[in-house]
Amino acid sequence: MSTFNSSDVAAFKGGVWVFCEQRQGSMMPTSFELISEGRKLADELGTKLYGILLGEGIEGIAKELGGYGADGVYVCDHPLLKNYTTDGYTKVICDVIEEYKPEIMLIGATNIGRDLGPRCAARLHTGLCADCTHLDVDMGIYKDFLKENSTLAPERIEATNSAVVLGEKHDVSRDLKMTRPAFGGHLMASIICPRFRPAMATVRPGVMKKAAFDQAKADACEIIKPQFSLTADDMKTEVVEVVKAAKKLVDLIGADVVVSVGRGISKDVEGGIKLAEELAEVLGGVVGGSRATIDSGWLSADHQVGQTGKTVHPKIYVALGISGAIQHKAGMQDSECIIAVNKNDTAPIFEIADYGICGDLFKVTPLLIEAIKAAKAAK
Amino acid sequence: MKIIVCVKQVPDTSGKVAVNPDGTLNRASMAAITNPDDLNAVEAALVLKEQTGAELIVVSMGPPPAEGMLREVMARGVDRAILVSAREFGGSDTYATSQILAAAIDKIGVEKDDIVMCGRQAIDGDTAQVGPQIAEKLGLPQVSYAAEITKEGDTLTVKRMLEDGYMTIKVKTPCLITCIKELNTPRYMSVGGVFECYSKPYEIFDYNTLKDHPFIDKNTIGLSGSPTNILTSFTPPQKGAGMMLEGADRNTCDTLAGILAKKHLI
Ligand SMILES: Cc1cc2nc3c(=O)[nH]c(=O)nc-3n(C[C@H](O)[C@H](O)[C@H](O)COP(=O)(O)OP(=O)(O)OC[C@H]3O[C@@H](n4cnc5c(N)ncnc54)[C@H](O)[C@@H]3O)c2cc1C
Ligand SMILES: Nc1ncnc2c1ncn2[C@@H]1O[C@H](COP(=O)(O)O)[C@@H](O)[C@H]1O
Repeated sequence: MSTFNSSDVAAFKGGVWVFCEQRQGSMMPTSFELISEGRKLADELGTKLYGILLGEGIEGIAKELGGYGADGVYVCDHPLLKNYTTDGYTKVICDVIEEYKPEIMLIGATNIGRDLGPRCAARLHTGLCADCTHLDVDMGIYKDFLKENSTLAPERIEATNSAVVLGEKHDVSRDLKMTRPAFGGHLMASIICPRFRPAMATVRPGVMKKAAFDQAKADACEIIKPQFSLTADDMKTEVVEVVKAAKKLVDLIGADVVVSVGRGISKDVEGGIKLAEELAEVLGGVVGGSRATIDSGWLSADHQVGQTGKTVHPKIYVALGISGAIQHKAGMQDSECIIAVNKNDTAPIFEIADYGICGDLFKVTPLLIEAIKAAKAAK
Repeated sequence: MKIIVCVKQVPDTSGKVAVNPDGTLNRASMAAITNPDDLNAVEAALVLKEQTGAELIVVSMGPPPAEGMLREVMARGVDRAILVSAREFGGSDTYATSQILAAAIDKIGVEKDDIVMCGRQAIDGDTAQVGPQIAEKLGLPQVSYAAEITKEGDTLTVKRMLEDGYMTIKVKTPCLITCIKELNTPRYMSVGGVFECYSKPYEIFDYNTLKDHPFIDKNTIGLSGSPTNILTSFTPPQKGAGMMLEGADRNTCDTLAGILAKKHLI
């Protein structure tokens, strides 16, 4: 068990940190999202924002993080950090954290981030909130968030200023409030880590908005090279190979338009997917699917939208033959405009759809494609 | 050789979920099931047991009714079950949960040939944290998101899934693996298994069993040992119902296309 016990919360003055994940030398998009979000939190706390970047030969991609708001980047360059390993990354990150003492540490909730985060939190003896979808420090902003996104009574929200921690009243105004869905999206919870630092969160990719890039800020970004030691003896796992999926993955997260299909296409799976592709094409978007379509093997896993799939907020989300289970809604309800086609007028998807059409998707979709083509032509 | 699998009983969140007025989950209204990923871990362990003759032990932390679930996994072919259960353990977050499970696993003993397995994540909290945190506390190397496991001598070769592909990782025992549903299809209970499961060894580790373990301290378990606290829990509001368009013909579609054009969405 680690003897490092960070109950001296005040000693953690090292700012807000973001683990900036790269794979094969390319920055993962979520790193830019988290830097943008981290900037907001650092400003609310009146502190600095740093990225921490590990890899081999990666210094060249560090400064770009400044363009999204980082004041500086801790660059840890080492041959043993070329590929992600739990052992190597955990050791270096924990050693550097103990040295520089950040107040907050954000990690993208990717398959790598969700391996790294808990291992680091356990070693550092601090709290970690998984797969967050919203973060706040400032109480006013947090309360506004609750007013808009919860069914809590306004008096309840106004009274949310403190928590009872170990039997004592604790003022939460400087704590990171980490909000995430639980129980399949039926409940939301805001978690705090009042007694330990850094407060750690993994954050769901695609949820935080990337800021506009600023070249001047990128140029001004400070590069810091912390001391650390790492030897082959520290590595208990060996990466034999890293294989990128051969076929192109759909970029659901960045798409402006997502046309998703559900089990409603079952009577003609190929035809249904083809209709979705055609509609996606006229709208300038990509095809997604409910978990039912992935579990049935009709679409590959990278198409899945929802709680265990991807969170999307496109300008237009079309749901074709999707019932709208809460786990599916969890991944798409923040879309700007939701269009649902379902033959059952009581399908829950209609509860959140901006525009609903009750009908057979095999009849309606071709008409919709024609209508959109006509409307575009008339412009 | 031993394989120790952590299994959790969870509320079935796939159907209707009832929420109490105070914003907590009404567990009594929901069916309790074995966490799906954990059944994949049990299945992987059963396959390894068939290959190596290893002893297979399941460990669960939770209230006493979890015995039913543990009997069921024994009916699938698990040799021995341990329920970690005490009032002192209640209110634990993932940090404290893994602290207690690590103590229990350490008490069972992790030797050179042994493997610890977990599901990737439990569907109630969806954190995927307990596996890696147990590994850290026990000082074991971990491989998470396992979609394929092969064992040769003391080395496991694991296909670890990434969003954009996979990694092949070699790790020596003892180690901890977290399993995903792509790994296998869990088998059903066998008739013989159901018959036998009540005569297999079933133990409870309570507070007294574990209290002298160095991991167990009031500062590291239960509510007081949890670094995280819940500040608020709430239900999200339903997005205001939108507009149902009359009919499902070309006219309807033209109306919709017109609205989209007016809103500059197309
Ligand atoms: C822990 C957990 C996590 C989950 N995560 C996710 C997730 O990330 N994403 C996700 O999507 N799901 C997820 N699910 C599953 C979710 O609960 C639902 O089972 C799933 O979303 C249902 O998919 P569906 O709407 O395609 O199928 P169904 O629920 O079967 O709905 C099909 C719909 O199609 C309609 N229909 C049928 N034929 C036609 C036709 N010809 N024209 C028009 N409409 C038609 C029907 O009326 C019905 O409403 C999760 C579940 C659990 C337990
Ligand atoms: N109370 C528990 N008892 C036994 N195993 C658990 C418990 N909580 C979590 N686990 C294991 O840790 C995995 C990840 O759980 P979680 O971090 O809660 O998503 C689960 O799939 C289980 O294998």
